[in-house]
Amino acid sequence: MAGVAGGGGGGGSNDFQWCFSQVKGAIDEDVAEADIISTVEFNYSGDLLATGDKGGRVVIFQREQESKSRPHSRGEYNVYSTFQSHEPEFDYLKSLEIEEKINKIRWLPQQNAAHFLLSTNDKTIKLWKISERDKRAEGYNLKDEDGRLRDPFRITALRVPILKPMDLMVEASPRRIFANAHTYHINSISVNSDHETYLSADDLRINLWHLEITDRSFNIVDIKPANMEELTEVITAAEFHPHHCNVFVYSSSKGTIRLCDMRSSALCDRHSKFFEEPEDPSSRSFFSEIISSISDVKFSHSGRYMMTRDYLSVKVWDLNMENRPVETYQVHEYLRSKLCSLYENDCIFDKFECCWNGSDSAIMTGSYNNFFRMFDRSTRRDVTLEASRESSKPRAVLKPRKVCTGGKRKKDEISVDSLDFNKKILHTAWHPMENIIAVAATNNLYIFQDKIN
Amino acid sequence: MLRGRRRMECTLDAQSLISISLRKIHSSRTQRGGIKLHKNLLVSYVLRNARQLYLSERYAELYRRQQHYPDGAPLLAMPACPPPAAAPPELAALPLPADTQDREARSCAVVRGGAELLEGPVCAAPPELQRAPCRDSSPGFYRAAGSAGPGGGGGGGSSAAPGLLYAAGCDFGTGGVPHCSSRTTVLDLDTHVVTTVENGYLHQDCCSQCPCCCQPVAGLASPPPAPGTKRKYYPGQEEEEEGVEEGEPGGGGVAGGPPFAPCTKRARFEEYSAEHPQDSSNISNLISIFGSGFTGLVSRQQADSEQPLNGQLCGKQALASLGAWTRAIVAF
Repeated sequence: MAGVAGGGGGGGSNDFQWCFSQVKGAIDEDVAEADIISTVEFNYSGDLLATGDKGGRVVIFQREQESKSRPHSRGEYNVYSTFQSHEPEFDYLKSLEIEEKINKIRWLPQQNAAHFLLSTNDKTIKLWKISERDKRAEGYNLKDEDGRLRDPFRITALRVPILKPMDLMVEASPRRIFANAHTYHINSISVNSDHETYLSADDLRINLWHLEITDRSFNIVDIKPANMEELTEVITAAEFHPHHCNVFVYSSSKGTIRLCDMRSSALCDRHSKFFEEPEDPSSRSFFSEIISSISDVKFSHSGRYMMTRDYLSVKVWDLNMENRPVETYQVHEYLRSKLCSLYENDCIFDKFECCWNGSDSAIMTGSYNNFFRMFDRSTRRDVTLEASRESSKPRAVLKPRKVCTGGKRKKDEISVDSLDFNKKILHTAWHPMENIIAVAATNNLYIFQDKIN
Repeated sequence: MLRGRRRMECTLDAQSLISISLRKIHSSRTQRGGIKLHKNLLVSYVLRNARQLYLSERYAELYRRQQHYPDGAPLLAMPACPPPAAAPPELAALPLPADTQDREARSCAVVRGGAELLEGPVCAAPPELQRAPCRDSSPGFYRAAGSAGPGGGGGGGSSAAPGLLYAAGCDFGTGGVPHCSSRTTVLDLDTHVVTTVENGYLHQDCCSQCPCCCQPVAGLASPPPAPGTKRKYYPGQEEEEEGVEEGEPGGGGVAGGPPFAPCTKRARFEEYSAEHPQDSSNISNLISIFGSGFTGLVSRQQADSEQPLNGQLCGKQALASLGAWTRAIVAF
């Protein structure tokens, strides 16, 4: 059973297998909507893994240090901090409720002992500082141990407070709140490589912020037409280039990607590069526009490529070639004949994300029935795996799954009609350096890693 | 709709897609978090595609009928739409002649088409519409919250959207007489004109003047009123007449009738469409949501009765007359 190679310094042709490591979240069949995970993100070192959910909460897991006593179990991820990032709000002017669902989390590169991340809902971005406290000062002069103020006249002697160790406490505090800059729903945030600025994108506009300044942002892209009747496309995702702080891309609902250079003009309404693959006229259908809408765009770590996800496929683009992608991977082509039903039950609007492994040799994206797919770019091999409680024994090797598209169904295959479309994997993340992946399956977070030989 | 019976395989035809799409747009108004611009834009594309296919099928059928009746009778008959073929799940939209030339303009048009239906809480819909309790859109009965009059809602759309209020056609006769079986009644909320089209004749005011509605009479009793007759519509009036037909208590007079409560009509129409799922008025009512062009088409045809109907001409006219449906997508 071959897995997909990737990550680390290993060559692309090494076969290895993915094993179950951990699962977080309730086992309960009855899933509360607020518990549904809406974003997953590793930090730059991979030691921290953050998840956001529909209830506006952020849970951060930290990887335990590898212990000598249990060499076979690589560092496990355990809860490090939990906090309520966003609350539901009501816009009285427009009579609209603003959902507290966390749309995206992005970590900042670590600069000191504390960790910083940006989290956003539809309207407001917040910068959170997560810091540890393991010491506490004792022996204050003006207040006693339980905090009550002492009467100054009663103080007869002065003492110097001393620091005493305490149980580790992880605190999350909102340091900046970036609000009131977006009329439409925010779909992306991206931290710039300069570590000073970041962008936020909604359906029609992209704004540039400085991390220190909350009362001002610069609009750099605005595709809102003068007459809204002429609207034909919206922005679906945006990201800064990993190395060039002046370059970013944004994808559209029409399946196109625009690369913009902030040095060429202040307003980047005119793109520098325009990536579009011509539509195949033979595959035209009622739903052509929907399935070509790009749901995610991610630069490779190298910055040379970018990857886009539309409903049925993942495409890898070379930034130097605009007229077509260099690689196209079919995620679940068997759904093409089911688009009617998927339109009826709204599944066709699901926004799948995609991610690169650390070495850019493999890519991963989710599908239905709690399946997720990995593609090895060098060997062109792909594998379908499942995140399920059934295969959740410690270090159990994941068995590749196969969907039967027609004809006789072989043993162990699952037919398209048996797929559970309520079990969708929209959010996945790959550790920046190692072969550890985090897969969000509704309200559960699965962590898999490669088998250690 | 088809959910219960067919799990994965579904052969939705154009009209089902249209009604499903309308329902999605409609329900998006009440979804938490406000109207999702992206999703509604995508739905409007499906609407456009389905409408293109439907129109092309319909006008092809009209053309065939015209060939059958070359003496100039029913200018725009209400043919039973060809039973939706068991099309493959993916229907390629038949390219209309205008299609290839003008996709861009029409994408705007469809956005308008879908957009009109996106009037959310922002839109200053006239009070009588806001009172309407029945939001659910069953096929053929869809209330578009347009903005009638100068109040014109948000978004600053330049042209006032007429906002068409579709009312179910009269029933198909208490005695089983099918004379009214293909009738469309369209209310233009801007001009408050009721227009009824029946079996190809442009009946203004059919409901009030056609005696068959009020008495059990076999066959078409009175000639259609002269085209061009218009009647001022008062909210509630039509409801009154329908009520009278069914033997319900008459209620008030012409003006100042009860607030328009579409539930009654909807119940009846659902019953009606359950019996005649393929009925053409179902489809034409949907068309009327998108095309005041339908009535525009009729009047044009009356003027040019000698001009042969052909799919090309009809297509162009229908598409060109989308201008009536021009409210922008206003997400907020």
